[in-house]
Amino acid sequence: MSHDHNSVEPFGAKDGVDVVSGVPVFPMGEHQLRKADLDPKAAKRAEIQVASMFGLSALSIVGSIISYIKVPNESLVSVPVIGTVNANHVSVGTLFGLGIFLIGAGAIHWAKKLMPDDEIVQERHPLTSEQSERDEVAEIFKRGKAESGISEYKIIRRTLLGALSLFPLPLLVFLRDLGPMPGTKLRETIWKEGIHIVTDATYRKIKAADIQIGSLINAVPDNLLDIEHEDENLNERGKASIILVRLDPADIVSQQGEGWDYQGIVAYSKICTHVGCPISLYQQRTHHLLCPCHQSTFDLSDSGNVVFGPAARRMPQLPITVDSEGYLVAKSGFQEPIGPSFWERG
Amino acid sequence: MALSRRHPAVLATVIGVALGTMGAAYAAIDSGTKPKAVVASQTQVEEGKALYLEGCSSCHGLAAQGSEVGPSLIGVGAAAVDFQVSSGRMPMAAPGIQAAKRKVQYSENEIAALAAYVASLGPGPAIPTAEMLNTSGADLALGGELFRTNCSQCHSVSGRGGALSEGGIAPSLLQSSPKVIYEAMVSGPANMPVFSDKTLPVQDKQAILAYIEELQANKNPGGNGLGRLGPVTEGLFIWIAGLGVLLGVAVWIGAKAK
Repeated sequence: MSHDHNSVEPFGAKDGVDVVSGVPVFPMGEHQLRKADLDPKAAKRAEIQVASMFGLSALSIVGSIISYIKVPNESLVSVPVIGTVNANHVSVGTLFGLGIFLIGAGAIHWAKKLMPDDEIVQERHPLTSEQSERDEVAEIFKRGKAESGISEYKIIRRTLLGALSLFPLPLLVFLRDLGPMPGTKLRETIWKEGIHIVTDATYRKIKAADIQIGSLINAVPDNLLDIEHEDENLNERGKASIILVRLDPADIVSQQGEGWDYQGIVAYSKICTHVGCPISLYQQRTHHLLCPCHQSTFDLSDSGNVVFGPAARRMPQLPITVDSEGYLVAKSGFQEPIGPSFWERG
Repeated sequence: MALSRRHPAVLATVIGVALGTMGAAYAAIDSGTKPKAVVASQTQVEEGKALYLEGCSSCHGLAAQGSEVGPSLIGVGAAAVDFQVSSGRMPMAAPGIQAAKRKVQYSENEIAALAAYVASLGPGPAIPTAEMLNTSGADLALGGELFRTNCSQCHSVSGRGGALSEGGIAPSLLQSSPKVIYEAMVSGPANMPVFSDKTLPVQDKQAILAYIEELQANKNPGGNGLGRLGPVTEGLFIWIAGLGVLLGVAVWIGAKAK
């Protein structure tokens, strides 16, 4: 290994030992003078460059204000590569951005070309304080303990400890109000016996006879419309959404309960049992329901069992039948919690 | 000299781009085929049967009863035939998961004859009339809601389509005519479920069609859509282009002036 003996810099001291030879950590070499240091013309050129950047910045900023006021907000402009964009947004953004950028660029150009570029080594100071300072701090603590008299004033010491141990208690009481615990909310939906099944978005009752084999209907319970409070309505919709599909009864391998279908029409929860994405990606030929989030796949002709993917539980089935007029209704609520697993589910 | 040598390549590129644009524009205009009311006559049915026996029966069976490689066509209706054949999906090159779009193999009259023959086999959804496809009075907002509820799970919220399981795909709707989309809804081709006129009435379908037309006309007001694939391409672009620019600036700041 050859060392650069031309370097005039010392190699410094490590752990109190002087290093006499080695490779310098920051090789400095000869200081190179810049063009602007040698040639007054180059310096003048750099000065003009910096000044034009600042000047252009000022123009851009003024331009951005003018475009904000003058360029109509509705006009579109076609820019190559970027495509068709709002002329106002693009002009304001470009000019304002350019204005800010040129201030920075000018400052850096100034520093690089004209300001002194001396290279200086500055040693780091040690991180620990001097021993004398540390002793002094320890002394202050000891003096504080003695002067406060905490070891003599028993009653003060005990009441202070008492106060300190009580002060976190209100926090616990306040935190309690983050509840109440969900109770049965995670286990129940608004489906119950006799509730009509209605189409999502249009809320029409559905005649069983109207559904042909291979059909898919995204549906919700009729009583969802009775919940006017918006948050509650969304929560209940999130739990109660179902999909209805009609299978050829001969294709049904199994169901979660005897006679839970109505002539091949089966209703399953729309909420994935993995992490709760709404799924209605139903493939009518394979009877598979695919969740687009993590590719969990359920077989709706076979009790909604998981055939692929990370879901650990089958899709809950809703038992259905028809009312006296032939409209689909729920035979009961869901018999198991819908959606993803939770701690207390068991 | 250098400039003159570069000329032919530039010229070729310009011509290529111009031709491509014209071709794309022509294809966009040409794809808007207009639906025609199909009046099935006995001769048309017979003509359709002859075409069927020649081109379709090897998979769907001599009496359209279906076979191991092709489903029965009894009761699928004219809409299913028009959808499959006029979009180039049928006849398939080979049995597989899902028919791919190819060049259309039959003329309009031949497709009408095939449709008439299959419709004569059993009742099924008919080819939608121009009136059914009229979206002029449709409720666009309702269409959006219905699209997001019933279609977007497979065809994506932007209508660009998406992947299904086992190699199947839900095709993009951005080039599809209203007639083809309507026919797909009522006939439920391949793995697509059926949305019959009884469960999804004509007005609802018109609203959905109006919304899809809106998606098709969408002009990317925010600039280049980057394939409208969402955070994947947008993130990639920012990571590569945005960070690239920042790295360039950092290198410039750190470089010594000469």
